[in-house]
Amino acid sequence: MPDAREVARRVEEAHRSHWATVLAATVRLTRDLDLAEDCAQDAFVRALQSWTDGIPDSTVGWLTTVSRRLALDRLRREATLRRKLPLLAVETAPADGEDPGPSDPLRLVFTCCHPALGRDTQLALTLRLMCGLTTGEIARVLLVRESTVAARITRGKQKIAGAGVPFRVPGDEALPERLDTVLTVVHLAYTAGHTAAGGLLVRQDLTSRAVLLARLLVAQLPDESEALGLLALLLFAEARAAARLDPGGDLVLLADQDRSRWDQALVNEGLALATRALARGDGRFTLQAAIAGLHMSAPSWEATDWCQLVRMYDALMVRWPSPVVALNRAAAASLVPGADLTAVLRELDALGVEPSLVAYPYLPAARADVLTRLGRAAEARRAYEEALSLTDNEAERRFLIARLGS
Amino acid sequence: MAEYMFLLFDDESWFDDVTAESWESAMRLHGEFARAVEAAGARILDGKALQRTTTATTLRKDWANPSTPPVVSDGPFIETKEALGGYYVIEARDLDQALELGALCPTGNLEIRPVLDTSGSTA
Repeated sequence: MPDAREVARRVEEAHRSHWATVLAATVRLTRDLDLAEDCAQDAFVRALQSWTDGIPDSTVGWLTTVSRRLALDRLRREATLRRKLPLLAVETAPADGEDPGPSDPLRLVFTCCHPALGRDTQLALTLRLMCGLTTGEIARVLLVRESTVAARITRGKQKIAGAGVPFRVPGDEALPERLDTVLTVVHLAYTAGHTAAGGLLVRQDLTSRAVLLARLLVAQLPDESEALGLLALLLFAEARAAARLDPGGDLVLLADQDRSRWDQALVNEGLALATRALARGDGRFTLQAAIAGLHMSAPSWEATDWCQLVRMYDALMVRWPSPVVALNRAAAASLVPGADLTAVLRELDALGVEPSLVAYPYLPAARADVLTRLGRAAEARRAYEEALSLTDNEAERRFLIARLGS
Repeated sequence: MAEYMFLLFDDESWFDDVTAESWESAMRLHGEFARAVEAAGARILDGKALQRTTTATTLRKDWANPSTPPVVSDGPFIETKEALGGYYVIEARDLDQALELGALCPTGNLEIRPVLDTSGSTA
């Protein structure tokens, strides 16, 4: 018989892996997000009690059955009360909508990330309904007040029900664009976990939940290159997690990371996914995965295939032009053996007018690096000082100060 | 099925140099839109074009003092470059279908609003 600690651990594990599945199966039945959420939560609470008698073979099956049974009870009891509420537009008629399908979580994420909802709302709903975070946890990772998150979620749910946002996977024609929104939101969810100031535990929990969500998308849409690309990108970031912080907890730049500390199993899985993605498309997540993959497969920073990286950045500039991509491209170009550093410097100088880069320390840092290599020490010094004035990050500051002293 | 109001907002300068051809082509576009709605299995329940906002009159009433008569003013409630010029009420499957049909609606700016059910029946 499992003890209470073991049960708690298994319930927590099931919550991380299966929350969205349990919730989505219940949503199909209730066509009401609030009611479905209540019942799904209740099922996990009941598991803490029931599983002390023995943990079911299929925890997700047990939780889904209990959640849906609770929902049926509530629906019967409150039938007259609920009749006037707007219901979620479920594709199939209620009569044949009884059985949950494997694609239900996918439907739910398309509901959460519908373009009729604002980005903040999409993110809050995804963190809550797909990743299973509480309002308080979401507030901590997004660095906003709990009341703000609660208001976003309430308004989002009202719009979904009131405006008839459907619980459906979009058709082939609309799929690429709608999937791009979903992937952007999942990427944001992961990044929020990666950079959040909140407690370390919340962050690690969120990044692993975001990775599981990306895995779910790939399992459901195995031929969508961008879903494969996003999962690869996230796995590469996960693989570097241990090498990303020094013993003091400060960030370590990619160039200085101890590559033997990268999780090689995750690197390999990411590389396989990135290869599959590249064989099917060249969207922005696929190209970002290809770029990350080139770094991950390089034995060292110096031995990185900078030529190939520049080509990938060029492709990314076509698909997703942005000043940050242009800066990264120029930085990579400066590291190609025998690079024309004067031409790279012109490229970097031209980016100085970009409003989005005005306060971006990496631009003067990249200029400083190129100026140093050109032997223009005084200008390099001014550029390092400018970069230093733009960053609060301790690891970057130490790096820049070291450069200034050399 | 749900009902949606399509509110069509466009630049009114169109009225300044309307020709027989531009009028006809606008009517043709709306005819095509109506056929597309039918073909999609949705329905147009109502729809009207409005005269330009220079013909609008706005009443402002102070509900805190119901005895005071409303203030009448010349012009639309909100003065905008692109003004409400017409509407449709459309019965569609869900917001996705409404958005698909909205993409075919001949207007530069379209606000889609779900219609509130005020029937009060519990059926």
